[in-house]
Order: sequence, then structure tokens, then C-alpha cells
Amino acid sequence: MRSQCVARSLGVVMDVEILSRLQFAGTIMFHYLFPPLTIGMGLVMVIIEGMWLKTGDVSWNHAARFWTRIFALNFALGIATGIVMEFEFGTNWAAYSRFVGDVFGSALAAEGIFAFFLESGFLAVLVFGWDRVGPKMHFFSTLMVFLGSCFSAVWIVVANSWQQTPAGYHVVETEVNGVPGLRAEITDYWAMVFNPSSADRLIHTLIGAMILGGFFVCSISAYYLIRRRHELFARRCFTIGVIVAAIFSVASLVSGHHQAQIVSQTQPAKLAAFEGHFKTGPGDLHLFGWPDAQAREVKYGVAIPGLLSYLVHGDADKPVTGLDAFAPEDQPLVWLPFQAYHLMASLGTFFIVLSCAALLLLRGGRIFRMRWLLWVFVWTVLGAIIANEAGWIAAETGRQPWLVYPSVQDGVAMPGLRTSEGLSESVRADQVLWSIAMFGLIYALLFGVWIYVLNDKIQHGPDEGASIARRSGTLRDAAAALAGQSRSLLESNDRREEPR
Amino acid sequence: MFDHDTLAMIWFALLGVLLIGYTILDGFDLGVGILHPIARSDEQRRIMMNSIGPLWDGNEVWLVTFGGALFAAFPYAYATVFSAFYVAFMLLLFALIFRAVSLEFRSKTENPAWRRVWDFGFFASSFLAAFLFGVAGGNLMLGLPMNQQLTVHQTLLEQLSPYPIVIGALTVTLFAMHGAIFLYLKTEGDLQKQVEQWIWRAFGFFLVVYMLATMFTLIEVPRATHKFEEHPWLWIAPVLNVLAIANIPRAMFRKQPAYAFASSCATIAALAFLFAVAIFPDLVPSTIDPDWSLTIYTARASVKTLNIMLLIALIGMPCVLTYTAVIYWVFRGKVKLERTSY
Repeated sequence: MRSQCVARSLGVVMDVEILSRLQFAGTIMFHYLFPPLTIGMGLVMVIIEGMWLKTGDVSWNHAARFWTRIFALNFALGIATGIVMEFEFGTNWAAYSRFVGDVFGSALAAEGIFAFFLESGFLAVLVFGWDRVGPKMHFFSTLMVFLGSCFSAVWIVVANSWQQTPAGYHVVETEVNGVPGLRAEITDYWAMVFNPSSADRLIHTLIGAMILGGFFVCSISAYYLIRRRHELFARRCFTIGVIVAAIFSVASLVSGHHQAQIVSQTQPAKLAAFEGHFKTGPGDLHLFGWPDAQAREVKYGVAIPGLLSYLVHGDADKPVTGLDAFAPEDQPLVWLPFQAYHLMASLGTFFIVLSCAALLLLRGGRIFRMRWLLWVFVWTVLGAIIANEAGWIAAETGRQPWLVYPSVQDGVAMPGLRTSEGLSESVRADQVLWSIAMFGLIYALLFGVWIYVLNDKIQHGPDEGASIARRSGTLRDAAAALAGQSRSLLESNDRREEPR
Repeated sequence: MFDHDTLAMIWFALLGVLLIGYTILDGFDLGVGILHPIARSDEQRRIMMNSIGPLWDGNEVWLVTFGGALFAAFPYAYATVFSAFYVAFMLLLFALIFRAVSLEFRSKTENPAWRRVWDFGFFASSFLAAFLFGVAGGNLMLGLPMNQQLTVHQTLLEQLSPYPIVIGALTVTLFAMHGAIFLYLKTEGDLQKQVEQWIWRAFGFFLVVYMLATMFTLIEVPRATHKFEEHPWLWIAPVLNVLAIANIPRAMFRKQPAYAFASSCATIAALAFLFAVAIFPDLVPSTIDPDWSLTIYTARASVKTLNIMLLIALIGMPCVLTYTAVIYWVFRGKVKLERTSY
């Protein structure tokens, strides 16, 4: 049927569908390292710059400039990898683009007009405008970049949610060149935008981004605290980061619970896959385990009896729809969404414990002397990245085999679109394989350079003006600050002229 | 609000506006990239990169919005074109990624080898992106071998036939000239004197390729000329185009670089307009059977969606133009290397 190619090294037959899915998964996951990071950092930067405006303390200004440099780096990678996503709908998923364009395209265009222009315009002022605009205008720009990045999340999450819980549309028969086809057309725009899962999904996505932003700031600050460098800066930023992380970690539990209830109503097959719930009936909640799709049970697991039913229905004995309620061709793969979902949920629980404990230990600055705990914070940022990625993996693999879920609109059944039906007819497996290899190469390079430059900026640290030296006073602090920039005095002088 | 045919026309026109906005704005920053290797010193290269530093990503958003608007307004054209140019567009994506990253990373460390690598990356990716835009445009002028199912089976090599290559050369030389004039506005002293030389050379290259492309178009794309017989008022566009081109050297002689820049903007707008006229009402002409061509009437989205999109554009575009104006105002004047520079 479709031209197939043998990926000899793997010894498996790979067709366009698998390859295109791999390519999309790889490029979106790489891209998705950056947007939540910029959204979350945006909030922290708004707070820091607000503190500067309020107190006039120049060290807040240095902190804002430091985070701006890091932010700009992350943002540039976000843009560069984001354009890819918009192109891939058309290049790899032409049939899908024809089916959803009328609905999905408008959300994407709205994202461009309402979000991207706002972000990219004010980003210029944020990054390059320190000496060109006044402090209030600069603060306003920071706020606009943050808002723009949130708007961007709004539109892309709306577009995604519509595919999972479609609303405000009907599927019509079309005919071009005498060839019949189907496509979704909008009937009610606001019903499309506020489809049953948009709001919950958006809130959960933004919360995930804020958690990542908080832990990212904590990670770098904790590193400085351990190394006894930039201590005033690090204490302040760590405190802000912990507060942000704690608030949003707790919020993610509430939002996650609510979202799971929505999923149980709108996409019961997905919830069943998340929980490895094979047979319809009262459901247990697995803490961990390995779902065996052949045996139709979760092996090596520990479960809390009845808790799934209780969480979904508020009654431990009520039945929860299992995978057996769906035809085999309508069931998602189980092990991947199960593990991704459980990984996300476990990490979320860990974030709550860690950030709340840290919040308590902030009193009297006890935490700043607990080096082992600071080390935990240095590495927890990786957990936050993984949790964000795992959430998407769960959401996207759990909805398979559908690209667009079938639904009932005004009593009429609307057909869905299967992932296998969405491909580009003209694209061959070898072309996709080639582009995956190229993306792999370029993204590996990008990742390496990103880490290198990020490390360089962290090692350079925030500028410390005379005011800070006077403030913290002691000889030891001054020595530590010097040592921090001590790769060579000459080098650091050079860099001061061109810190970016 | 409007009927379906009017909406399709409006959206064709709006996509034209987005395309012109994109080519004028990203045109100069791609041009700066194409000229990058000619600069003589590291400082000059940094000045060049910083002349577009705060502007390039805003400019690229025009492309993203063009893509989104094409997806929404003419989903069938989006699907056919993007999958037909699979390899070319993947190369374009790699170029755009590389460009963003080269700009961002080049000046991060002092190491000359590091800088040389990213300098080359910046040049090669700018050149490749400009060239591929031309190649895609040239192929659309010729038409694609699109079958009844709106699918195109064509390799990259087949897409690199002489006519698209000439159009690719046209976009490269046009953007180089446009970028040089932009740089003239943003520089001073010795660098500005050198840039003046570059303008003349780029103008010479552009003029040669422009004439070649014009003759080639008259031979290869007869459809383009038929439109002028049917609608003689369209002659305004080529006449303005030639006047704008002629005005570039005139303005440079008179030391009116802003006027020269306006003329090169007008040149780009006129060429984009001529491209739109040539393909109208098709979006993707089919070379297998002209009846299978995707027109604005067959590729369009529903009335409802086109109306909503129009509303979004009416609300959004004034905001976009406001921030674009604010940003260009904040970053007006000559480039100075500052603490926050690349």
C-alpha cells in the first residue's frame, strides 16, 4: 500500500505513519522544552522586575537582567523549534490538514496574530531595550511578553483540546475535482473555543509551566548558594522560585484531579489507559505497575482498592468504564500512557512535598544551610521538565487511535479522524526518515549548544555592582563573589562589555 | 457578513498583504545575512548582526502568521503545497533554525573558530532560505503536477528546474540589495562607505537577474501575460515596479537612503503583487490538467470560518502594526554595540 522502507539498523519495517508520528513526537517534545520554561520564567521575571520598580534596589535590577539573558536564550530556541511545528501539519499530515483546517487553522492564525506578535515585539524591548526605554516601559514589556506567551498557550491548547473533545462544528461532505471528501467546519466559534476540555487543559498546562519556571529559578539559585556565590541574589530568587513552585504544585493536584474527571466523561478510553483499567467495573488506583495488554491486567503493581471509582464518581463501588467497552481498533496503546501518566503524577506529588517542606524551611533561612536539600533543588528542574513532557505524552498517546475524536453534535454522530488517515499522500517513508535524521542531528547540536551557553551564563552569573558589595559587607562574601567570576579577571572584564 | 466568493477574494488579498509584509521585513534581515561574509572585521559583523538583532524574530512572525492564515483560509492549498515541497520545506526549516541559532550564539564566546562556524551558518542559512522562497514561488508560477486528488509527486530535483532557480536567484539578489540599503541606514563611518559599495554591486546583480527573470517569465508563464490583456489597469504594477527599481540608484546618488529603502520596499511589494496576479485565481495551478487546479474557490474554508478570521484580522492587525511601529521607533537610529548586544 504505502511505500515502505526497512530501517535496517532496527530490523523493523517502518512505514510513513510510524515515522511521521515519531517525527512529530520528537520535534514537539524538543520544542516543548522551551515554551513552559519561558512561560514560567516570565512570571518570575515579572515579580523580580516588579520588586525592582517597587524598591528601587539596584540588585533587583541585576537579577532581572540576569534572568532576561537566560530567558532570551530559551526564547530563541522556542521560536526556532516552533516554526517547525506549524510546517509539519502541512508537510507530514496533509489529509489531516484538509480535514481540520477550517477549525484548527483559525486557532493557529489567532495564535500568530494575538500572541506571537505581542511576544516577539516586546521581547526586543525586554532584551535589547534596557538602555533605551525607562524602567516602567521595560516592566510593561516584560509583562507583555509574559502575557503573550500565555496567550500562545491559550490558542494552541484550544486547538489541541478541540481535537480531543470536539465541539461547535459539524462534519460535511466536500467535493473537489469530483473527488469526495470529508471535513470539519465550524458552526459555533465560542463552543469550539470553549470545548469541554479547553479550560481544564489550559489551566493544567499553564500550571505545569509555572512549576517548571519556579524549579528552574530554584535550581540555578541553589547552585549559587551551594557554591556561595551571588548569595543575596540567590536567596531572593530561590525564595521567589520556591513560593511559585509550591503554589502551583498544590494547584496542579486540584487541577489534575478535576481534569481526570473530565477525561473520564469525555475520553473514557484514555482514562482507562492511564489507569490500566481493562475491565469495566469498580476501579482501583495504581500507584505503579506494569499493564500487560495481553493478559489484560496490571502486573507487579500496588493499587488502592476502589480509589479510582471514588475519585471519578465520589463512590468507591461505582463502575468505571474499562478498555473492554471499546472495539480493539478503537483502543489506545496502554503501557505508554499508563507509565507517562504515573510518572507525571508521582513527580507532581514529589513537587508538592519538596516545595512545601522548603517553604517551611525558608523561615529563618534554615534551608540555605542545608546543602543536601539545595542539591535536591539543583536537580529537581529535570523532574519538572520530565513531568511536563510526560503529561503531553500521556495526553497524546492516550487519545490514540484518534487524531480527532468522533463525537455527537446536536444529536448527530460526527465521524472522527484516525491518525492513520491523516497522512500526506505524497510523502514517502525515505523522505521522512531522512528528515528525522536531520532533525535528530540538528536538535542534538542545538541541545549541546544550549547547555553550553546556559552553563556559560550561569558561570558568569548576575552582575554585581558596588551596591551589593557594600550591602553584604563581609570580606568572605566579597571573596566568594570574586571567586565566582574568577575564570580570569581579563575574561570577565571582556564579558562585561558584551555580556550576551 | 460577506458572501463566500467575496470572502475568498478578501482572504487572497490579505494573504498577499501578509506575504508582502513578510518579504519586505524578513527580506532585509535575510539580506543582511547574505552580505555577512563580506564584512571585514569582527566588529563589523557584530554591527551587522545587531542591526537586525531586535527585529528579526518579529519579522519571522509574519511568516508564521502567513502559514497559519493560509492553513485557516485555504486549508486545501496549505495541505497540497506543504506536502508537495516536503524536502524543500524541510531544508527551509533547517535553514531558519540554524539562522536563529547562529544569531543567538555567535557572540557568546570569544573563540574565533566558534565565531567562524556560526558566521558561516548565518550566511548559508540566510542564503538558502532566500533561495528556497524563490524556488517555491517559481514552481507555483509554473504550476505543479497535481493530480485529481490534490496530490503532487515530485522530487526536489524536479523542482530545481531552470525557471525556479532563476526566481531563487532573483529573491537572493533582491534581498541582498534590500539588506544592503537597510544596513546603510543603520551604520555610519567606514562601514557605511563599504556598504554603499555593496549596494551598487547588489543592485547590479539584481538588475541582471531581474531582466533575465522577466524574459524567462514571459516565455515560460504565458498565463501571467494574459491577465494584462484582460485587465489593462494591471499595467500599473510593472510600471511602478520599474520606476521603483530605477529610483534606487537615483536616490543613492542624491544621498537619500531612506528614499532608496522605500523604493526597494516598493520593488518587493510590486514583485509579490505580480506573483499574485500571475497565479490568480489559482493557488496551486495543476500542470496535469488545468481543470484540477486549486483555486481560491475550491481551496477555501467555510463562510463562517472566513468571516471569523476576518474579524480576528480586523482586531489583531491594528495591534500588530502598533507594536511593530513601537519597536522600530525604540530601535531607530544607528547601531551601537551595547551591553546587551549580540
